[in-house]
Amino acid sequence: MVKLTIDSREVEVAEHTTILDAARAAGIEIPTLCYLKDLNEVGACRVCVVEVEGIDQLVAACNNCVLDGMVVRTNSPKVRMARKVNVEFLLSRHDSECTSCVRSGNCSLQSLANDLGIPRLPYAKHLTHEHSGYSYPLIRNNDKCIGCLRCIQVCEKVQATGVWDLTSRAAHTAVNVAGGIPLPQTDCALCGQCVTHCPTGALRARDDTYRVFDALGDPDKVCVVQIAPAVRTAWGEAFGLAPEEATVERLGAAMRQLGFDYVFDTNFSADLTIMEEGSELLERLAHADEDGVRFPMFTSCCPGWVRFVKSHYPDMVDQVSTSKSPQQMFGAVVKTAFAERIGVEADRIFSVSIMPCIAKKAEAALPTMTGEGGAPDVDVALTVREAVRMVKASHLDVRGLPEDPLDDPLGYGTGAAVVFGATGGVMDAALRSAYFLATGENPDPDAFRDVRGLRGWKEATFDLGGTPLNVAVVHGLGNARDLIEALRSGEASYDFVEVMACPGGCVGGGGQPICDGVEPAGERGEVLWGLDAASEVRFSHENAHVAELYDAYLEHPLSDRAERLLHTDHHGWSMPIG
Amino acid sequence: MARLHVMERTQAEAVMSDLHDALGRRLAARSLAPCPVEFTAALVNMCATQSCGKCTPCRIGLGVLSDLLEDVLSNRADELTLHHIEQAAETIYLSSDCAIGYEAGSMALAAIRGFRDDFEHHVRTGSCGFGQNDRVPCVAGCPANVDIPGYISLVEAGRFTDAVRLIRKDNPMPIVCGLVCEHPCEMHCRRGIVDDPLNILALKRYACEHMERDYRPKIADATGRRVAVVGGGPAGISCAYYLALMGHAVTIYEQRAHLGGMLRYGIPDYRLPRTELDAEIQWILDCGIDVKLNASVDGDGLRALRDEYDAVYLAIGAHLDKKLGLPGEDARGVESAVGMLRAIGDGELPDFSGERVMVVGGGNVAMDVARSSVRLGASKVMVAYRRRICDMTAQDAEIAGAQAEGCEILELNAPVRVECDADGRVAGLVVQPQIIGEPRWGRPAPRAAAAPERLVACDRIVVAIGQDIDSAPFEALGIPCSRGKVEAAEDGSIEGFDGLYAGGDCQSGPATVIRAINAGKVAAANIDRYLGFDHKVSLDVELPPVQFKGKRLCGRCELSEREAAERVGDFEMVEIGLTEEEAMQEASRCLRCDHFGFGAYRGGRTFQW
Repeated sequence: MVKLTIDSREVEVAEHTTILDAARAAGIEIPTLCYLKDLNEVGACRVCVVEVEGIDQLVAACNNCVLDGMVVRTNSPKVRMARKVNVEFLLSRHDSECTSCVRSGNCSLQSLANDLGIPRLPYAKHLTHEHSGYSYPLIRNNDKCIGCLRCIQVCEKVQATGVWDLTSRAAHTAVNVAGGIPLPQTDCALCGQCVTHCPTGALRARDDTYRVFDALGDPDKVCVVQIAPAVRTAWGEAFGLAPEEATVERLGAAMRQLGFDYVFDTNFSADLTIMEEGSELLERLAHADEDGVRFPMFTSCCPGWVRFVKSHYPDMVDQVSTSKSPQQMFGAVVKTAFAERIGVEADRIFSVSIMPCIAKKAEAALPTMTGEGGAPDVDVALTVREAVRMVKASHLDVRGLPEDPLDDPLGYGTGAAVVFGATGGVMDAALRSAYFLATGENPDPDAFRDVRGLRGWKEATFDLGGTPLNVAVVHGLGNARDLIEALRSGEASYDFVEVMACPGGCVGGGGQPICDGVEPAGERGEVLWGLDAASEVRFSHENAHVAELYDAYLEHPLSDRAERLLHTDHHGWSMPIG
Repeated sequence: MARLHVMERTQAEAVMSDLHDALGRRLAARSLAPCPVEFTAALVNMCATQSCGKCTPCRIGLGVLSDLLEDVLSNRADELTLHHIEQAAETIYLSSDCAIGYEAGSMALAAIRGFRDDFEHHVRTGSCGFGQNDRVPCVAGCPANVDIPGYISLVEAGRFTDAVRLIRKDNPMPIVCGLVCEHPCEMHCRRGIVDDPLNILALKRYACEHMERDYRPKIADATGRRVAVVGGGPAGISCAYYLALMGHAVTIYEQRAHLGGMLRYGIPDYRLPRTELDAEIQWILDCGIDVKLNASVDGDGLRALRDEYDAVYLAIGAHLDKKLGLPGEDARGVESAVGMLRAIGDGELPDFSGERVMVVGGGNVAMDVARSSVRLGASKVMVAYRRRICDMTAQDAEIAGAQAEGCEILELNAPVRVECDADGRVAGLVVQPQIIGEPRWGRPAPRAAAAPERLVACDRIVVAIGQDIDSAPFEALGIPCSRGKVEAAEDGSIEGFDGLYAGGDCQSGPATVIRAINAGKVAAANIDRYLGFDHKVSLDVELPPVQFKGKRLCGRCELSEREAAERVGDFEMVEIGLTEEEAMQEASRCLRCDHFGFGAYRGGRTFQW
């Protein structure tokens, strides 16, 4: 242990603790703009500098360790000056039009500048007007960038993609697309981790809310919205609602207030996905000896992962399940079976999804994700942040809204579906039904818990009616890359692998509400596992509405109609789409 | 009113002078490798501050040039901008009244023409294409990328064995390099911006001299693959060491009676004692490396080795002496530096007692033979060199050492012919006095001065004007060579010869120990890959935590030397290592660029290769 003094307080912490962590342990908050534990400990913003007795210059608290007897001052005149002037420096290169910034109210630079009290900027403002354009799902506005380097680090270290880099040098140093190529031409997976780790509004998702408002205002349109599993863990954060208050039913009520005609649950099509993907897995296993059948089979519900594998391992694309993602299965069902059921022409339906994801915007726009007339199955994919903005723009009192059930028949999903939003959830749900399909009996719904949890690369072997099934679950594309490299070198071998691009799965998705400096995926995931545990039905094959859809329309999993509507050709488009 | 007055330095001038010194140190540290366009812009702005303002091109032109360069840097430029930049620079050069202007124009012109690709990259992509590889300046400056901040921190922590282990991850010869490395790392040392660069060489030596214990490296399981290394110099030894660590069976074929190459046959004992060299080589051989001495390999021999072994590394060095090509060169008493040092390397010390020795040349080898001649009893040692002392390629310390030991350097004297006595023995060297003139190939070139030739009497002449590579037998085999140098790809492989690699002096031409060591390391990695493996050489020591110390000025501790009068009588080491007090102070000066600055972002450490 090391004893030191911070702001006249005696503090005792373990060796190798940073000054920043030691101060936090003592209840002293030192502001930072660039620091992210284990990911970006670079000391770039120089806002966390503190005074250490005996050293003339200030010391970055984020990447310097405590020493025995160290005397630290976090608010001395020197520190106050340097902290404030450094923020003023950043502001002199920052587009401070906060009123038109999506991060206003949730911006670390804004709140720090407000805290420090900078009524007048003493320096001239210089903006570069570097902007990536407005049509791609991911948008970079360098006039908001403070050069914290977090996006570079998360993309490279966590997502093994490396879209961003420092371009140019010295005073002209900027964070931008590596190699200076246009953003849409990169192999960006659109995971959005750079967005959720950006302290300001330099990175954001394209805003599509106006298209939804337009449709809601169009009397000819039947507006349908689906809400993804992970959304219910996070949407309430922006309204200060606790997870038990921020239910999907309350969000559904808000959507009805906005004018949606039908409010449905992507959980429905998550169950449907399990039926199709589980059947596909068993089918592949049954034909394991045939030419061209290669293992493992990969899940396909994460569009960031699909973009990644297409970009980096094109020879493995055929190993990705052909099942569409739940969003797209939902879209296909809404504009066919559901349209038929309510007696409405498919082109009158305006299909919206609320997703914890940015890649879903690109997925919805794929040329392969359309109905017979070529119209997209999902017209607009909104991030949770956009959905929240729509609610705010309508000035709804969400707390006062009733928690009415979602609409029938597509508003219902099982416990197996709701865990799609957490890493291991798809695998868990698939195994529950695969076990049933293989043995004719339900397993203990918690029999496959080894695939849950936040470890980056989980593996397990389960007995499926006498057949051992080797499975693995990875989340974060860096882990996906490690797993694939291990597969290719022969160090690992599996039958079935779940991949989620975002750490923690969709609960940590790039379209989720942003909590700077916090990795909320673990807590949000627990909410989903809790919902599963509390569900009356915990097996996708027991979703009565799904069974009814098969009876009435699809016949059975992998039927011709199911293949046409619910499966896709991953070769029908190329990366980059740009 | 006084008619004249004494010049006093004002306070402002004193500050200006200090800042000039600081700027000079900053530029000398060279640790930033800036964007060429940024650098040009800064250069032009700096030059503009010196303009007196009288003339148009300098007063206004430099400002215009600055604006145009800023356009490039701010992505407002196109091809036409580059044309205007070149035109402006050329006009400033052509039409300025004084050197402040025309030299500024000349530099700007050299930059826009020399950095054309970089300028165009900026215009085309709006970003700089100049790689920012300089993560940690000293490491980037070391040809073998030795983890310098890492081992300095271990020296500071008093963990000398660990320091040596860490060095050996990238360089298996820390004892040798602690004594004779040319230490290009120090030129890059960021500490030079503050006061003086760190004495990295001396700290490496200190670590080797104070290891608490010996250790053996971890050797991978035997692969059953066999590799032949032709040439037992630093490149060959380094390659053999890493291949042995990777579990391959290595045999070194050495032409001479001992291993070491130029370390033994080029560098005298007083710089690199044989005991140290032998100890280092033995430690490496103990990794299970076979050696065949007195085994000369010619073209056919190489072919046979390639058939017998799974891969072959060719590292024969550069051991042929260059001739002066002057009349009388064949006279008795004229010999080559290579020959003289080779004999000394084999322990056959010639006796120069009472002789007047003339050395021809200006490189480190010239200093080596001059200082060796003093030790061999010469009554007088002279060095004839056709340029000035400041133009010599020998290291400053070597020149100063030679001079301190009584060697007289006859600068600006070009050898013309060897004068012989009636017996055909050297009687003297006729030299033509030179005058230094305009530069050629980047260095001011001498030409004959309007003065007569003169005869400098001497009894022996040692020619030290460079070495060639004995590549003819391999060229005959079809191995690609260019001007005598073996042509190898970046990975050391030779086109058209599967499994044959080459490196070291025979590929680069006469260069430094550390470059040869790196060549061997590079070849080892690529031979391992060629043999179908992917063995990693990894960091196996835990490093102490980094502490920010802030700016504390402190000069650099230099190695001391034995008194000249004492050392000229023997071949014992001239330089004396740092004391503990000096070593600890010196180590504490390290700025830890692996943790602070750009190293913090891109990672200051390569954990394995």
